[in-house]
Order: sequence, then C-alpha cells, then structure tokens
Amino acid sequence: MLEKVILAGLGGQGMMLLGRLIAHALMLEGKNVTFFPSYGTEVRGGTAYYHLTVSEEEIFSPVIEEADALIMMNLPSYIKFKDFLKPDSKLFLNSSMIDKIDNETNVDIYRIPATKIANDIGNIVASNMVMLGAYNEVKNLVSIPVFLSCLKNVLSGRKEPFYEVNKLAIERGAEFVRNIKR
Amino acid sequence: MEATYKAPETLIDIPTHYCPGCGHGIVHRLIAEIIDEMDIRGKTIGLAPVGCAVLAYNYLDIDMCEAAHGRTPSVATGIKRVHPDKVVFSYQGDGDLAAIGMAEIIHTANRGENITVIYVNNAVYGMTNGQMAPTTLINQKTLTTPHGRNEENDGYPLPVCELLSVIEGSRFIARTSMTSPKNIIKTKQLLEKGFKTQIQEKGFSLIEILSPCPVYWRMSSVESLKFIDEEMAVTFPLGIFKDWDSQN
Amino acid sequence: MTLTEKNKKYLLTGNEACAEAAIQAGCRFYYGYPITPQNEILTHMTIRMPQVGGTSIQVESELAAINMVYGSAAAGARAMTSSSSPGISLKQEGISYLAGSELPCVIVNIQRGGPGLGDISPSQADYFQAVKGGGHGDYHTIVLAPSSVQEMADLVFDAFDLADCYRNPVMILADAQLGQMMEPVVFNKKYEPVLSKKDWALTGADGRERNIVKSFYSVKGELEEFNAKLQKKYRQIKAEEVRYEETNTEDADIVLVAYGTSARICKEFLNKNQSLNVKVGLIRPITLWPFPSDVIQKISERAQAILTVEMSAGQMVEDVRLSVSGRCPVHFYGRTGGGIPTPKEILKKISEIVSVKEKVTCTT
Repeated sequence: MLEKVILAGLGGQGMMLLGRLIAHALMLEGKNVTFFPSYGTEVRGGTAYYHLTVSEEEIFSPVIEEADALIMMNLPSYIKFKDFLKPDSKLFLNSSMIDKIDNETNVDIYRIPATKIANDIGNIVASNMVMLGAYNEVKNLVSIPVFLSCLKNVLSGRKEPFYEVNKLAIERGAEFVRNIKR
Repeated sequence: MEATYKAPETLIDIPTHYCPGCGHGIVHRLIAEIIDEMDIRGKTIGLAPVGCAVLAYNYLDIDMCEAAHGRTPSVATGIKRVHPDKVVFSYQGDGDLAAIGMAEIIHTANRGENITVIYVNNAVYGMTNGQMAPTTLINQKTLTTPHGRNEENDGYPLPVCELLSVIEGSRFIARTSMTSPKNIIKTKQLLEKGFKTQIQEKGFSLIEILSPCPVYWRMSSVESLKFIDEEMAVTFPLGIFKDWDSQN
Repeated sequence: MTLTEKNKKYLLTGNEACAEAAIQAGCRFYYGYPITPQNEILTHMTIRMPQVGGTSIQVESELAAINMVYGSAAAGARAMTSSSSPGISLKQEGISYLAGSELPCVIVNIQRGGPGLGDISPSQADYFQAVKGGGHGDYHTIVLAPSSVQEMADLVFDAFDLADCYRNPVMILADAQLGQMMEPVVFNKKYEPVLSKKDWALTGADGRERNIVKSFYSVKGELEEFNAKLQKKYRQIKAEEVRYEETNTEDADIVLVAYGTSARICKEFLNKNQSLNVKVGLIRPITLWPFPSDVIQKISERAQAILTVEMSAGQMVEDVRLSVSGRCPVHFYGRTGGGIPTPKEILKKISEIVSVKEKVTCTT
C-alpha cells in the first residue's frame, strides 16, 4: 500500500490541520507517514499545500511528483497541482469554490460542494472535514474513529463545541459521495 | 617587620605587557584587591577581551575566558546562565565594547544580565597601533585621524554610560577615572559597588574607567593624566549615571 | 507538550525532533534567533527549556547566540544553537573560536537556498562551509547529516556525545525539507552522562589551579604546537567516527553518492528502478566530516562509474573525486535554488552515463 496525496487550499481553509490529523491517525494505525507542509508566506493567505505520503513500507522520497489523489479547496490550488495527477488518480474538488476545470481524462473526479455543505450545517470552517469524509468514502484509508480521537485532542478546551459539527461534516462528506455513486 | 601593604594574592607576580603609563595595570590591581577583600577568588570567572587587555588572563589568578572581539558580554551571559552563583565579569576596551561589540553590550544590559562589566576607555585602539576609537575626542589626532577626528567624516565620541543608563535592564552605571590617588580610590569603590550589585543579584552593572594611553596619545604620562582631566572628562563627564539602590 | 515517553511514536517535524532530542540528551542551554525554515527549534526550546530547568534565550543576533554557546560550553554545560544558512554564515567567527578553544557544542543548520538571502527552500549548498571549516583557521567541525526525522533525533544525541568526547563543535547539517516535514519519531536513546569529566571547564578556581579557556597563543611556536594537537585529534576522529549507509553496492555498476534529502530521492530511484540492465547502488554518508573516503575508494575500484547527487551546484562531489582519485569516472547531478532532484532526472542522468534499458524478464 502506497498513497500519495496533495492537499491544498487557501491559507485558513484548514488543510494543515486536516493533513496533520490524517497523518497522525495513520501513524497510530501503524503506517509509515511523511507529511510535508508548505511553510512560506503562502500559509498566510496564499495557496497552502501539504504533501502526505502513507505506506506500509519505508517511505523514501518525501517529495510527491505524481499524486494518487488531490484534495483541492479552491481554484488556484487546482491550477497549481493539476499536473501532479497521474492516470487513474482521484481528484477531489471543493466545487463551491472551483467551477471550471480542464477536460481531465483518465482521472476520477469528485465534485463536492464542501463550503456549502459546511455552511449548511452551521460551520463554514468545517469544509476541510467534508472533504475528508468524501475522500475517505472513496479511499477508505483512515479509520474514522481513530481520526476523531485525534480531532478530539486538538479541539479541547474552548474549541470543544466544534467537535460535533466537524464530526457531522465528515459524515455529510461521505454521504454526498455515496449519493453520487448511486 | 609585618608588611602593611602587599600585592594582592589574585594578582600574579609577573611583568605585564602593558606600555609605560598605561592604565590597565592599575585596573587589574584594583580588581585583584577587590577579589581578595571580598574573598571571591574561588568563585569568580573573568572574561578577557580582544584588544590591549587580551592577555588579562595572564595576570589574574582566577578562572578566565578569552572571547572574540566585542563578544565578551555574550560569552559572559553563557557562563553566568550556567553558573548563576558565580561572580562573572567582562573586561573590555572601547573598541571592543563601543564599536564591534555595541549590539552585545546593549542587549546584555537590556536583558538585565547579572554580570559586571569593566569598561576601560582610552579613546584609542592601542593594540593595533593607535587608530581612532569610537570614543576618540573631536579633533583628537590618531593614526586614522591624522588631522584630528572630524565629526563630518567620523561621527562623534560615543557616550556609553549615557546610553546604557536609559536602558530599563541596567542597574548600576558609573564613569570614573584614575588620574589621581583620590580618583583611583573612587574607582575602586565604584568597582566594588559593581561586584556587589551582581552578588546581591540586582543585575547588570558597568563601570567605565577613563584611562591613559601615553604611547598612542603621543604624550608624557603626566600630560596624559592632564588630558583626561581637562579634555576627556569634558566629553565624558564622571559620575554615577544610574544607581538602582538610590532609585528604589 | 511532553514527548518523553519511551517507545511511543510522536508525529513531529524534523525541527521539533531535533530540539526535543537535544533536551533529552541533556542540553540545558539553547540560544537562537528566528530564521525560516528552522523557527520550530527556537519555539520548542522556548516552551520546553523552562519545564526542565534549562535556559532558552531569543538573542539579538547570531553572533550573540554562538558566543553564548561558547560561554555555556566553557562553563561545562551542554549547549546548542540552531539557524539556517544566512544565520550560519554569521556564526562562523564563533565556530572558529569554539574549535580553537576546543569547546564541545552542537550547531544545527537547517539549510535553505543561497547565496545571499536566497530563499527558504531546501538546499545542500552549505556543504563546503560545513565540512571545510567555514570560519578562519585550520579546523574542522564534525558534521552529521540526517535523512529522516527519526535520524535527526538520533544524531542529535550522538552529536552531544561526540562533542564532549572530542571537545569539538559538532554540526547537524540538514535542510528545509527535513526540518519542516513531519514523520513518526521515537525517543529511545538514553542520555547517559558517563562522559569524560570536564576538568577544564570554568567553574571558579575554588580548591584547584585556575582554568583558562582561550584560542590565543602569543608566544612563537605555541600556536603551531596547538595546531599539531588539533590535527592529531582530527586524525583520530577520521579513523574512528566515519559513518555511512550502503544500499545494493556489492555488485553495482553505478554507485550513487548522496546525503540527507538527496539520499531519500536516490533510494526512491533505486526502489522504482529495480529491473534496469544496470545495477545501481547507493552510499549515503552520515558523517560528512569525517567523510567516508575509504569505502568510496574501495567501490571505485570495482564500479563502472559513480554519480553524486546533491541539492547544490556540486560540492560534496569534490570530496568524492578526491576519494576516487581517477579510479573510475565521477559524474554529478545537482539542483540549486530550492530545486530537489527527482528519480526521473536521476534515471536520465544515468542513461547519459551508460545505455539503460528495462530488463526483459522471461517467464516460461
């Protein structure tokens, strides 16, 4: 098993947190993980991106040249990373913020209105979790209970009330993809 | 017959490398006397600068450390943080402290580092044959100001005590000279006060000593002392600039 | 954040692992100045040092930082500073003094692109500076090059031990990639302070002869004598402390030489291209100084060619060429200014060196 995912979005769309939590959950499940976050000025409003490599074997290159999946939160992110898609890879788009894309062939495209779904359940910031729900419904990579326990650790104290809505966001993302499948 | 006056034990009995009429020897002796009298020889760590006093470790029988030019306050910080119970002093000249080491001294004072700085100001770079120092007086002739220091090209003599005294972190800041027995006694009192400031854990202290350099001032020893009293002490007035005790 | 549980996996950036390992290795004095991409070291130290009774100071300059390290090392403590390339340039004066005064300490360089302000991307362009001295005078720092977050932690422990053992500054030479990326790390090394007694340290001369820490020798002949002593120490380090990792070198036609992040890329290449008609192996130097010259020399006697891969315009390749001394051709592939070599580029370069094709395997 080897999965290379690029997560990208506008600084503030929660891709750092999402990527780190996925990496943490996978580590707890005994996988090897390498998570490389962008650390330049882009984390303050530009396109913030995160490379996540997961494997049961030793991970060699920490750099992703060809991705198995892209999770793209806005249009500039998609434009920046579309060339990383390899044949039969999966493209997860936040369709609330990405309306037009290239004519991608050989790629499975999932358009998830993540910002809208998150807004509908009362927390627009949870769009990252909607994307996780969708991604995981397709890839079944992460154990959601393990992920949620990691999330709970992060959302302690005054952030605790956000836990439930994040959990719901994951479910809604998964549900949305199940409905497309049908 | 009982000796009533003798060399301090902390002062190693060898000839120094200092030029005739130089002030460093007297300052070394005062430090040695104070270390003896306070009985802190076994717990004092000194720092020698780069400059004329680079060999200070040859003359004082205590643990000593040499540091890069201008960096003794940082090295002293590193030592003091490891041994807060030891007495740490930094011995620096004007080029070391007020030119290349200005950032270090300002920030060490600003952190309120609990060390004592002995700053010997002779308004010239002696070690390198007499170039202009940051404290060279206006119109004073040196190797690199052959027509006298010109403020348009060379700027002004830098007042260290005045600068450090406005910094919140400094505790005891004084300027003194050694032109007469009276001034030397005064200097010793101020140095003692500096060490006490540290021992009482009050924080950063600096004592500036106006000191003669007859060789590179091209003066006799007597003329040098007169120059300090009549000219240097005008640009660099003597006195206590900051005293934590009197303010609290 | 407590990271002290043994055998527990933590997901940390290389920078955090480096800082935490230093603390667990007994470092109690850290001095640093902010510079990307190593800020997490300073941040972690600021949080953790007070928890363990240590000192962490955010200083006014890199000069102050390295000289505070000098002071704390002279006082007998384990001390560390970290920075990235431009900041490490500023520290060079202090590193020369540390070597000249034979003071043990650890300096971390999370390299970024240069020259000048360059950028904040990963780079290996400070190799010359790290292994050839960097500051003035005839000296060496021991240079350790990790290639994973786990190895970053492990080598920091070793760095403090080596520093104390040889009374010499030790540098951890990593890059932005290794500093910023997160990987699982286990802190299993034990800090065992069974070190050589620091009877030279400045502690106050109570009840003993005074100690002097200095690098100044004003009497003619003394400095030459001291340099001879330093060189003897360096010869001993060369004889005893060389470390490297070999992958598939036994019967390799082409041997790659790469360290740090570049070595990870080379391993990816080896993994992806197992069915080529040429056999490719890898030597990954872990100590960059002392450099693993002997093993490279041995390999050059049987390999067709050596290819050095770096994130620089070609620095370590000079040491590889010295080791090979013309026994086989030495080629170079490098990227600069934040570029990271790719396995594809390495394959292309190898194709230029020899005729490469996929091996056809018959299954009957």
